[in-house]
Amino acid sequence: MTGLWAVLVTTFLASAVEAIEMVTIVVGVGATRGWRSTLIGAASGFGVLAVIVVVLGAALSQVPIGPLRLIVGALLLTFGLQWFRKGIMRVAARGLAGIGGTDPHEAAEWTGPGMDWTAWFLAFKGVVLEGLEVAFIVVSFGAGANQLGVAVIGGVGAVIVVGGIGLVLHRSVRRIPRSLLQLIVGILLTTFGTFWALEGLGVEWPGGDTAILGLLVVYVATAVTYITLERNRALGLRPAA
Amino acid sequence: MPPPLSWIVAIGRFLYNFIVGDDWTMAAAVAIGLILSAVLNANHIVAWWLIPVIVVVMLGVTLRRAGRTHR
Repeated sequence: MTGLWAVLVTTFLASAVEAIEMVTIVVGVGATRGWRSTLIGAASGFGVLAVIVVVLGAALSQVPIGPLRLIVGALLLTFGLQWFRKGIMRVAARGLAGIGGTDPHEAAEWTGPGMDWTAWFLAFKGVVLEGLEVAFIVVSFGAGANQLGVAVIGGVGAVIVVGGIGLVLHRSVRRIPRSLLQLIVGILLTTFGTFWALEGLGVEWPGGDTAILGLLVVYVATAVTYITLERNRALGLRPAA
Repeated sequence: MPPPLSWIVAIGRFLYNFIVGDDWTMAAAVAIGLILSAVLNANHIVAWWLIPVIVVVMLGVTLRRAGRTHR
C-alpha cells in the first residue's frame, strides 16, 4: 500500500513539473496570439500523443527524446528570441500601457480569418514534447514499480490539475498589457528553448531542472537592463524643451 | 500558382518567418552557438553557459541595430 502511494505521489509530482511547462506555453501563446488556433494546436498535440502512447505502449522508453528536445528547443529558442526582442522594444517605447497608438511592428495577435499556424505550431510542440516526457515518467516509474495503472493515474491527474490551474489563471493573464505579455512569453519561450536545446545535445545543466529558474532570472535581468538602456537612449535623443 | 506548389511556398514562408523572422543574424548566432555547444560537450568541456551568453549579447546587438534603423 505504501509502495502504491509512493508511485502515485512520485509520478504526480514529476509529471506536474512537465505539465507546468506545457501549460505555461499554451496559456502564454493563447493569451498573446489568440485562443482558437492555440487550443486547436494543443488538442492536435494531445491527439498525436495519444496515438504515440497507444501504438508504442511500454516501448515508449525507446523513443529518442534527445533529438526531439534539441529540435523543439532550437525552434522555441529562435522564435522566443524574436518575441523577447520585440517585447523589449515595445515595453521600452510605451511602458506598461499596452498596445495603443501606431505600432511600427506587426501586431502580435492573429487577426486573420483562418488558422494562426504560429500559435498552432507552438502549442502543438509544447504539448507533444512535454506530454511525451510525462508518458516517459509514467512508463518508467510504473513499469519499474510494477504499478503501471497507478502511475497512469498520477501522470494524467497531474496534467488535469495543472491544466485546471492554467484555465483558472488565463483570465488574469489576459489583463496583462499585450506588449508586456509578449515580453514575458518571449522570455519563457527563450528560457525553455535554451534548456531543452542544450539538454537535447547532452549538455548537463548545473542543478538539473532548477537551472530553468536560473535562466529565467538571467533573462529577466537582461530584459530590465535593455529596457532601461533603450529608454535612456530615447530620452537622450529627445530635443530639449 | 497551382495548389501543391503554392502549399510548399506557403510552408516555406511560414518556416522562414517562424525560425528566422525579421533578423536573420539572431537565428544564425543561435545555430552557431548550438554547434559550438555540441563541440564543447563532445570534448567534455562545460558548455551550458554559451547559449545564454549568445542570447544576451545578440539581443543587445540587434536592439542597437534596430535603434539605429528607426532613427
